[in-house]
Order: sequence, then structure tokens, then C-alpha cells
Amino acid sequence: MSAARSYYQEGGFETVIGLEVHCQLATASKLFCGCSAAFGAGANEHTCPVCLAMPGVLPVLNRCAVDYAIRAALATDSTINTNSRWARKNYFYPDLPKAYQITQYEQPYCEHGRVTFDLDGTEHTVRLTRIHMEEDAGKSVHDAHASWSLVDLNRAGVPLLEIVSEPELRSGAEASAYMRKMRSLVRYLGISDGNMNEGSMRCDANVSLRKRGATTLGTRAEIKNLNSFRSIERAIAYEIERQAEILLGGGAIVQETRLWDADRGVTRSMRSKEEAHDYRYFPEPDLLPLVIDDAWIERARSELPELPDARRGRFVTSYGLSGYDSGVLTASKELADWFEAAVAAHDNPKALANWITSEVLRIANESGAEGETDFSQLPFAPEHLAALVRLIDDGTISGKIAKTVFSKMVESGDDPAAIVAREGLVQVTDEGAITAIVDSVVAANTAKVAEYKSGKDKLFGFFVGQVMKESQGKANPASVNRLLKERLDG
Amino acid sequence: MPLDENEIRRVAVLARLHLGEDEVARLTGDLGRILGFVGKLAELDTSDIEPTSHVVAMSTPYREDEVTTGGDPDSAITNAPRRDGHYFVVPRIIE
Ligand SMILES: [Zn+2]
Repeated sequence: MSAARSYYQEGGFETVIGLEVHCQLATASKLFCGCSAAFGAGANEHTCPVCLAMPGVLPVLNRCAVDYAIRAALATDSTINTNSRWARKNYFYPDLPKAYQITQYEQPYCEHGRVTFDLDGTEHTVRLTRIHMEEDAGKSVHDAHASWSLVDLNRAGVPLLEIVSEPELRSGAEASAYMRKMRSLVRYLGISDGNMNEGSMRCDANVSLRKRGATTLGTRAEIKNLNSFRSIERAIAYEIERQAEILLGGGAIVQETRLWDADRGVTRSMRSKEEAHDYRYFPEPDLLPLVIDDAWIERARSELPELPDARRGRFVTSYGLSGYDSGVLTASKELADWFEAAVAAHDNPKALANWITSEVLRIANESGAEGETDFSQLPFAPEHLAALVRLIDDGTISGKIAKTVFSKMVESGDDPAAIVAREGLVQVTDEGAITAIVDSVVAANTAKVAEYKSGKDKLFGFFVGQVMKESQGKANPASVNRLLKERLDG
Repeated sequence: MPLDENEIRRVAVLARLHLGEDEVARLTGDLGRILGFVGKLAELDTSDIEPTSHVVAMSTPYREDEVTTGGDPDSAITNAPRRDGHYFVVPRIIE
């Protein structure tokens, strides 16, 4: 056994992960010019002399982007720096027309935050090193020609937040859960659509290994291009394996940037970026320092919406739901809003929570993209689910029939009362009718009746099943139980 | 201020400048003298003075978040040496 192998195998490895999350702010216009920040326009439709970097133009800061940035700082218990500065990060790339990105470097507007998230019922807290504002670069398309690339500058100058965590995450699952919480937060705050498919939210992961219990950090690799929860988990899992293999073999990790290749399921070195890593940051002379005074912070604080952790607590106390169900329901603002709309229509939060966490979420997850729960695609409204639960609560239909009605709601989007009337699914509570079915079932199964009477109690369930089947599931189950008992035991 | 030729070569690479050997030698001297000139400022004692982050004493002007520009991709690519539809076309970026 090599020395390296025995060193690391004693106690094993600990994985150390820090995430840099890039989040596009949902402003109407860009950070420093009046061009639209919307996704999906024709090439270079959203450009002007400022974001095209024509000579002599000057950037003018979008006030709304700062408002949104302050919200993110408040929601993560961060310290907001009254004075912060803009900096130029210099590098050459065809999608960066100024040959520098305006960002914040030495004095970001926000530091020392924290975010809590839940993973498998355990609460984790991760500290944030900093959050800063910056502008995005444009987009290049490489597939159209063999020897040319196409450049679209619609995205150039769109406002971003970069949220940098401390290296306190320990697994791909933790990194992914943290990212989910971050996305939930920005959506609650209304500062980003958090849409990973369109690149509104993406992250880079700094991954290193060290011997468990060690206090110094190992050499890290930075993995770029993680734009889905699945990519985060897979890329980190791959990187842990790769680094462990090198370390166990007595080798050393090279500090470098690696790109996640989702098709091949590997990270690979981006050597071409190495020399460009000297960004020669310097203060941006075209912009004055950013001053965020207490009055601005307090105004933003008073406008903050209810955040997921607070809403979760309220669901436990006001609706009597479990912490787990409250966590599921408040994980996304859309889902929590959907639930509360249903409760407003019919006051049975526990039953509605059960329906939503099982049936409705299943349908919503099937219609949404990976990791997305899409409530806009649901064929029925929260009021329809409320109406369904009301039909159960007032005894019109049984819980069993309700499942049938629900699947018809999914198919047709119709009101449950209309489905019940159309399909004749109203629960049979007429005891005369149920007694008649009980009699016929007993008459048709004389041998089983004899067995039951001789002490085989378990057969009772068989009789219940037969009666329910005869009634096409419509007989009131409580009546069936009572009438069968009277008939068989009497 | 002494600069060595390797520092000049490195700065040239970062600035995408192709320098001949005679230029490297000349610039090493020139840039060194410029740095030395600016370096005179370091002789002042500034320990009691707030760092100057900007020379203009005024507060940041803001824009409201309204779309006021854009919608003219023809103008955007007017000066492009090469184009495809409304895209700029550049030599292929190899990654
Ligand atoms: Zn613009």
C-alpha cells in the first residue's frame, strides 16, 4: 500500500465544496443601459451603443437592479456595505465587446450572509462570503459554421448577482439542495425567474478533497457550466472520484478550471483559459461609488415579502400541518400560493395538503421540465381541488371515488361536481339499497359465510370488497361495514 | 522603477500585443521610467487620508428600469466585418 493510500484511507476523505451562483435579475432593462433584458429575442435585437461598447458612451446604473440586490442581501441575513465600488475585470472574448466586464471586486455591496436549507429532514446552514452585482456577457454560437462563431449581444449587460458561498458544502446532494433553496429564495423575493433552462440561474462549483479532520483546504478544481440540479450532483460526484483516484495514487491535484460535459458525464480541463486568469481588476472610472444608505435598506426591508422559512412556520402553526409537509408546500412560492388558494376555497388544510403533496405534485412534476414544478400547466385550478375535498367532507363521494374523480379532473379539467353528476358517482347512502347488496353478496357466498361464522374473521374484508364492487365503489363504506357486521354476526 | 523583460512580455500577451525583441527592450526602459515617475506619489504619507475611490464628488445618478433603447439590430451590425443575419461573425472560438 502506498503512503498516500494509507494516509487518506485512515478516516477517509472529506469533500469541500463552495458554490458561486449566478442569478439573472428580473429587471425589464439592462444594468447600465435601457435595452430590454428579456430572453429569446432575435440576434442583437436588444443592443445599443452602450452595450455594444461604442466609443464615448457611459454606463448609467439601473436603480431597480440595486433594489433587487438589496432584497437578496436582506433575505440572506447579510451585511450591506454603505459604500461599494465598481471594478473592471479585463479579458478578451468575442462576446465581451468592451473587453472588460463591469463587476464588483474589492468592495462588494454585500458580505457575511447565511442561508439555511433542508436535506432529508436535517437543517444545514451555509455562510455566504459575499454577493456582488455584475453585468452578463453576450452569447456565442459555435455550431453554425466549421470555422466561424456567431455572436449575439442581447445578454451583454443584463444584471446578475453572483452569490459566493463559503466552502462549507460536503456533497453533491448538499450543493444541489442549497441551490434549490437559493432558487426558491430569489423566486419568493421576485428578483429572478430562477429559470435554469434559460440560464437565468447557473453555478460554478469549487471542489476539493482533504483527509477527514484536516483543517487546511486541499487544492481545488473549479467546475464551470452547471446549469441543472442534476448536473450539479453528477459533476461533483465525478470530480470527487477523479480527485480521490489521483490522491490515492500519490498524485497532486492541479488547480484549474474544468468544464462539465453532460453528454459524456465527465469534467475536463479548460487549459485554454489558464493564461487568461490574470484579470487585472481596477476601479471602474466611469461609475461613481455605489452608496446604499440606511433609509434605502429600511425601505427595502419594509417591502420584503414573506420568505419560505417564515411561511413554513406559519403553515405549521396556522394550518396544523407537519413540519415536513409545510416544507414541501413552501419550497416554491407558486406551490404555497396554490395551496393557500385551495384552503381559501375550502377550509380543510390537512386534507388539501395530503392531496397536493401526493397527487397534485405528481401531476405537476410530470408536466414540468427536469427539477421544475410547473403549476401553469395544471389542467385544473386550486378551487377545483377544494371542491373535490368538499364533496368528500360532506359525504357526497367516498375517498375511493374521489381518486376516480381526480383522474377525470386531470383529463378534462372539469369541475368535480359536474364530473360526479355526469358519471353518476354520488355515494350511495340509502341503507335499503346497501342492505339489498349485502343480502345478495351473502346469498352468493354461502361457503365463505360458513367459514366466517366458524371463526375465520379475516374473511370480513372479502365481504366488504364484494359489496363495494357490486356498488361500483359508490356505497358509503361506514354503512357497508355496519350493515355487514349486523348481517353476519347477528 | 526596475522592470524586467519577462514582465513586459507577460503584459504584452495579456494585452494581445505582438512585440519584437527590440520593442521589448525599448518598452522595458520606457515603462520602467513611467512607473518610476508615478511612483513619486508613494513618497507622500497618506496614512491619515481616506482612500479616494473616485475623483468626482457627486452621488451616483440612476436610471429608472424602463426599456428605452434597442430594436435596431441593423445598426448594431453595420460596422461588422462579417455577419450572418443579425449575428456578428467572428473566427471560430476554440474551447
Ligand atoms: Zn444597450
